[in-house]
Amino acid sequence: MESLLNQLPIGLSIGAVLLLIALGLTFTFGQMGVINMAHGEFIMAGAYTAYMLQDWAGAQAAAVALPVAFALAGTMGWVLERTAIRHFYGRPLDTLLLTWGVSLVLQQAARDLFGAPNVQVVAPSWLNGGVTIGGGTLPYNRLFIMALAIACVAGIWAYQNRSAQGRRMRAVMQNRELAACSGVATARVDQLTFFIGSGLAGVAGVALTLIGPVGPSIGTYYIVDAFLVVVAGGLGQLRGAVIAALALGMLNSFAEFWTNASLAKVIVFAAIIVFLQFRPQGMFVLRSRALT
Amino acid sequence: MRKRSLRYWASLAVLPAVLLTGCGDSGDSGAAAGDGNTIKVGILHSLSGTMAISEVTVANAEKMAVEEVNAAGGVLGKKVEIVQEDGASDWPTFAQKAQKLIKKDKVAAVFGGWTSASRKAMLPVFERNRALLWYPVQYEGLESSPYIFYTGATTNQQIVPGLDYLKEKGAKRIFLVGSDYVFPRTANKIIKAYAAANGMQILGEEYTPLGHTEYSTLVNKVVAAKPDAVFNTLNGDSNVSFFKQLKSAGVTADEMPVMSVSIAEEEVKGIGVANIVGHPVAWNYYQTTESAANDEFVRAFQARHRGAVTSDPMEAGYNAVHLWAAAVKKAGTTDVEAVKKAAAGISLDLPEGKVTVDGGNQHVYKTARIGVIQPDGLIKEVWSSDEPIKPDPYLKTYPWASGLS
Repeated sequence: MESLLNQLPIGLSIGAVLLLIALGLTFTFGQMGVINMAHGEFIMAGAYTAYMLQDWAGAQAAAVALPVAFALAGTMGWVLERTAIRHFYGRPLDTLLLTWGVSLVLQQAARDLFGAPNVQVVAPSWLNGGVTIGGGTLPYNRLFIMALAIACVAGIWAYQNRSAQGRRMRAVMQNRELAACSGVATARVDQLTFFIGSGLAGVAGVALTLIGPVGPSIGTYYIVDAFLVVVAGGLGQLRGAVIAALALGMLNSFAEFWTNASLAKVIVFAAIIVFLQFRPQGMFVLRSRALT
Repeated sequence: MRKRSLRYWASLAVLPAVLLTGCGDSGDSGAAAGDGNTIKVGILHSLSGTMAISEVTVANAEKMAVEEVNAAGGVLGKKVEIVQEDGASDWPTFAQKAQKLIKKDKVAAVFGGWTSASRKAMLPVFERNRALLWYPVQYEGLESSPYIFYTGATTNQQIVPGLDYLKEKGAKRIFLVGSDYVFPRTANKIIKAYAAANGMQILGEEYTPLGHTEYSTLVNKVVAAKPDAVFNTLNGDSNVSFFKQLKSAGVTADEMPVMSVSIAEEEVKGIGVANIVGHPVAWNYYQTTESAANDEFVRAFQARHRGAVTSDPMEAGYNAVHLWAAAVKKAGTTDVEAVKKAAAGISLDLPEGKVTVDGGNQHVYKTARIGVIQPDGLIKEVWSSDEPIKPDPYLKTYPWASGLS
C-alpha cells in the first residue's frame, strides 16, 4: 500500500517529462500540420548543449544551459523550416519523410561530432538528494523537472494570451486564411512558432540529462511518447497537452506497478487507441469556423 | 500544377542516380580484390544506429590488431587487408553484408557482431557458405556453431562467477532486472536455476523494453523488495537511466550492490561515474588487468585514440584477430576447414592472460574477474577465478543446470 502511494508522485513526474517533450510539438504539429520527426533530435541538441557548456564552463553552466539550449534548438528548427519544411506545406506525408530523413542525418552528425558513446553530464550538486514522502523518495531532480514543466506551460500561456505575437499565433492556428486576410503575416508567424516549438524541445533536452542518457539516439526514445501526448491531447491545445501528459504519466506509473514495463507500454498504447475511437480529435478540439 | 509535377519527377529521377552511385562505389572496391599479395578479412560492426555506441570501439581494436599482425610480417607472407562494412544496428543488414563479404570480397574470415540478434542473423549465412565468423562479445550461451569462434565469455565464464561472488559476499535475496530480449531472459533462467540450488531467493524479475528510459517505478519496486543485491542484465542506454534514477532514489552500492554484465569502462563514462561508483561488474578483462600484453595493448590503443579506455569486448575483438592469425599460420592456408582444425588448442598470451581455443565448442578458455567501479571511472579487480575457465556454453558440467538446455 505504501509503495502504491509512492506511485502518485512518480506518475506526476513521468507526466512532467512527457509534457516537456511534447509541448513544442503541440505547436508545430497543431498550428502548421507539420509532423516533425526531427523534434527528438532538437531534444538531443538541447542535451548536448548542456554537455558542451559543462565542458567549457564547469558545473555552474547549468544556469545558462536552459536559455542557450532554447536558442540553439530554436535556431535549428527555424533553419529547418526556412530551408526545407516551408516547401512542403500541405503535404503531411512528404514532410514526415523529410523530417525523418533530417532526424537520421542529425543523429549521425552527432555521432561524428561527439562520438557514438554516451557522454556524461553531471547534475549540479543542489539537485542531489530528495524529499521523503511516505515511504518513498521524490528526488530533487524530478521536482526540478516538474517545476520546469509548470514554468514552460505558464510562459506559453502568457505568451499566447498576453502578447500581440502570441495572439497572432492563435489566430493563424484557428483560421489561417482569415488571419492572412486580416493582415497577419502568416509566414512570419510560422517561423516564430517553429522557433519556439523547437526551442522548447531544447529545454526538454537539458532537463532530460538529469534522468536519462545523453547520446546520439536519445531523440528516438522520446519522439513516440511526444506524439502520443499531442494526439491524445488534441492538436495545438495547451490544456489538452497538460491533461494528456498527466493522464498518460499516471496510467504508465500504475500500469507498470501492477504489471511490468513492457506490458505497461501495451496498456498505454491500447488505452490511447480506444480513446481515439471515441474522440478522434483528441481531448480538446479547436473550435473554428474554417472550412478546412 | 505544372511546377509541382516537374519537381515530383525531378525527385524521382534523383533516386536511381543515388542508387547507381552506391553500386559504383562497391564495384570499385570489388575490383581491387584481384590483388594476390594480400589476404582479405572482413570487419562487420554497426558504425551507425543505436549499437554504434558499443561496436565502433570494437571495430577500432580489431583494426589495430590487424595492423599489428601486418607489422609482424603478416600471415603466410602476405599482408592482411581489411574490408569494413557497416551493420547499421539492423539485423537483416548484418546477414546481407556478411553474404557480401563472403561472396563478393571473398574474405578469409569475418570479425563482427555484438547483439545476439545480429549473431543469430549471420549464423545461417556463415553455415551455408562454410565461412568463418569470429564473434567477440559475451553472450547467453546455448549455442555452438561449427562456423563461429566465440572469443567473448559464455555464461559459465561470466554470469556463474558473478553469482559465485555474490554468494561469497553473503547475498541471499536477489532482484533481477533486465532488458526484454533473448540475452537477459536466458541469463535469468540460468540465475534462477543457480539460486534454487544455492539457497538464494529471487525476490523479483523485471524486464523493460530496449531503449526504455523511465525507471522510477522499477526502482520503487526494487527498493520496496529490499534485496541484498540486484543482478542487472539491462543493455545499452537503459543502463544510464537506471543508474541515474537509482542514485537519485538514494540507493548506494554499499546497501544494495548492483551486479552488471553489460557495463564496461566505455559505458561507465556515459552513465556518469558518480552514479555507478562502488557497484560490481563481471567480465574477463579490465583496463587495469595486470599483464605485459595488456600494458602494450592499452598503450597502443591510447596512442591511436587519445583519452580512450579499453574494455572487455574490445579486448575480445583484438584477441579474435590474433587467434585467427595464429591459426592461419599453423594451418599454412586460409582454407576454412584447415583453419578450424588448426585453431583447436592454440594458446596465446593476450591482455587478459592466457587464452586457449577449445577445439570442441570453438569458445575460448577465459579467466573470470569481478571488478568494482572506481571514482576515476576505471574498474578494479576484487575477485578472480585465478585460472582460465573451460568454456561450457550448455552448462553440461553444472548439475543444477540440467533442466535448462
